[in-house]
Amino acid sequence: MNPNTLRETLDELRGILGLHGLISSSEELRTYECDALTNFRVIPGAVALPDSTAQVQAVVRLCHRERIPFVARGAGTGLSGGALPVAGCIVICLARMKRILEVDLPNARVVVEPGVINLDVTGCVASANYFYAPDPSSQSVCSIGGNVAENSGGAHCLKYGFTTTHVLGLEVVLPDGSLVHFGGTTLDTPGYDLAGVFVGSEGTLGIATKIILRIVKRPECVRTLLAAFHSPTEAGAAVSGIIAAGMLPAAIEMMDNLAIQAAEAAVHANYPDCGGLLLVELDGPVAEVDALMAHVDEICRKHGAWEIRVAQSEVQRALVWKGRKAAFAAMGRISPNYIVQDGVIPRTSLPQILSEIDQLSTQTGLRVANVFHAGDGNLHPLVLYDRRIAGQEKAAERMSEKILELCIEKGGSITGEHGVGEEKKHMMSKMFAEPDLDTMQRVRCAFDPLHLSNPTKVFPRTRLCGEKPGEYIPHPLELAGVVERF
Amino acid sequence: MSVGNQFGATVVEPVDENETAAILRSANESGQAVIPTGGGTKLDWGNPPRKADLLLCMRRQNRVIEHAWADLTVTVEAGCTVAELQRTLAQHGQRLAIDTLWPERATIGGILSTNDSGSLRLGYGALRDLIIGVTLVLADGTIAKSGGKVVKNVAGYDLPKLATGGFGTLGVITRAVFRLHPLPRNTRTLTVAVDSADAMQRVILAILDAQLAPAAVQARNGSVDILLEGTLDGIAAQQSAIKQFGEVREGSPDVWKAREELWSEGKIVKFTTLPSKIAAASAFFSRFVIQATGIGYARFDGDLEKLRAAMEQGGGSLVILGGATLDAWGSPGDSFPLMRAVKAQFDPKNTLNPGRFVGGI
Repeated sequence: MNPNTLRETLDELRGILGLHGLISSSEELRTYECDALTNFRVIPGAVALPDSTAQVQAVVRLCHRERIPFVARGAGTGLSGGALPVAGCIVICLARMKRILEVDLPNARVVVEPGVINLDVTGCVASANYFYAPDPSSQSVCSIGGNVAENSGGAHCLKYGFTTTHVLGLEVVLPDGSLVHFGGTTLDTPGYDLAGVFVGSEGTLGIATKIILRIVKRPECVRTLLAAFHSPTEAGAAVSGIIAAGMLPAAIEMMDNLAIQAAEAAVHANYPDCGGLLLVELDGPVAEVDALMAHVDEICRKHGAWEIRVAQSEVQRALVWKGRKAAFAAMGRISPNYIVQDGVIPRTSLPQILSEIDQLSTQTGLRVANVFHAGDGNLHPLVLYDRRIAGQEKAAERMSEKILELCIEKGGSITGEHGVGEEKKHMMSKMFAEPDLDTMQRVRCAFDPLHLSNPTKVFPRTRLCGEKPGEYIPHPLELAGVVERF
Repeated sequence: MSVGNQFGATVVEPVDENETAAILRSANESGQAVIPTGGGTKLDWGNPPRKADLLLCMRRQNRVIEHAWADLTVTVEAGCTVAELQRTLAQHGQRLAIDTLWPERATIGGILSTNDSGSLRLGYGALRDLIIGVTLVLADGTIAKSGGKVVKNVAGYDLPKLATGGFGTLGVITRAVFRLHPLPRNTRTLTVAVDSADAMQRVILAILDAQLAPAAVQARNGSVDILLEGTLDGIAAQQSAIKQFGEVREGSPDVWKAREELWSEGKIVKFTTLPSKIAAASAFFSRFVIQATGIGYARFDGDLEKLRAAMEQGGGSLVILGGATLDAWGSPGDSFPLMRAVKAQFDPKNTLNPGRFVGGI
């Protein structure tokens, strides 16, 4: 943007948003230069703070008219750089749109604006014994809009599913500023499942301004079993045993010794000091859970568990979970710097990938703490390093990426819940072939032919919409310098 | 190749993905319209196609490619029947947690394209929640994979969901990957007698609001059926809790075939409503089956336009399954231009199932 246009654009934005709805001073813009993945930083052109759908629409229409890229942002807790600004873009921060619009208990639906905090959805229905199931570890601060963009999971998605399972309908501002509705309060609305493809699209298809969520009746009881094993491999075998016995727990989490040490140092969860800790949660009718819990206990012992505790009360449960949910942040207690990785493997490859990570660790001299959603094979290896030691940061990054390559080799995924964002887009072509990526981008071309909505994210290359494969014709946007081919 | 079906189209039966791609590419280039099919159980669903040159039958691609039972996943070709898949999975005590229509004939590709999940959706989610990966062959012959074979995966767009319920208008499904569930240790079907539509709705809402874990709940004329699964202790405890809602008797598992049985009686509609409006919605029908999720099926011989208006006014929808005399779908809403744009990206020449889907897509 040339300075003149910039000033005019800012004036127009101020007209839409009011004096307090626009941030344009360079000091204030710095707050929005990154999300929770802090090693990528870009200062945006401006930050819009709309408080209504109409304002979001007006801002997006302006962006569309002036061909200005925009990046939607919720609470900024994303771990893959999804809300990282694009140079010269307008960040549209939805934090002010935080109204809970409707609570319909008989039909178990809640309608919210995108800035509503995840835990507040549960908060507004808890007295009637309902809850909102997706529970990312950041649930006390992350927003539903961000959860929708990332298709957030959490520890309990093994049984309850991901954000996409719980989003019934959406009101969306498309990248040309038009307002559309996907899905609805009832199921199977006629037409394509656009809600299904929008959830998890990482802000590249438009901005959700209203979300119809499904809530879940709280189970009659919840029991959490904590089992200490000599090694993660033993714990992994116990997980296989539980699955083979035909049980589907609400959650199965695993931590290795390094992760336990960090959690202990940070929140004193009083975990046993062991090589592999398993946390198995069962929920449902009391009689059902009691019968199954006895079985889980037996399977754990058979696979070498030397200490088993069952948390019965809410207080005990909360403490057990506190250690697990704090595990990432706790790494600061045992290492000056660390990289949070998010990869997925078929669960049965767990022993193999653990020994491979061990080997990498020996080769590089870098420690790796492992925290897993063991039931669904979602790994969070935390690569520990010290930025002050020359070369360690690079080595840690290489190692973290190497772990993802191991995940792909095993038929897994480069991300189970943190998203591709900026961080992993170069890995997409290792996981998918060119026609696969090209087909996904056909969707993007339908939603956003000008590539204005969070451009440069998710995909390693941009498919120019309307481009004929095989022959090179410069796209008008390319000629205008709006997009570049690389 | 043979000719002979309701469309008068030439039947082609590719043996694999590459042959499927070659057929589609050539049809697309020569302007032929292609109707994908599996077991042929739902060929009359949707609107009649505007044009039908090739009937692309997927029945020869029917292998269960990999049942990774320890990972609770399966990769299966589109032409495999639901029953055949379930038999393979049962060898390791597992299942795809759905109860579709005509499982002996319906294929995986067909149930996905027509989004037919069944009553277990209450307990285990719909097909959209169970599918974790898909291979699509597009009209231009592009073979594209999306998703993967792990349960948790957010890399790239979720095309498995886009293909589910897309009526084969975006691409032909050749392969799907599903998450699986263990076969239940025990099952019990309970039936609660209800003497009015209001009582029926009251019982359904009470069950949904209780801290129970039913796998399925459906209402038929005069009764509400509940499917319990799990340990004997768990089932017994839930059964005694359900007694507070009415007179309960143990029923036959055959009641779950009630939806399928509707089909012997002519024109069938699928209607959707909110659980709290089940009584009002069911009042239009003399014979119906409605699931607690708010998805119902009924025989209907009256004024379809009026019925559709009533359903849509209540926030629901009405879709005509088979032999539609007016548009099978009803209004696709304000996202229809976008649906058309998606279609134009995937199948710009309208090669696949032209006119069969919403709004003439």
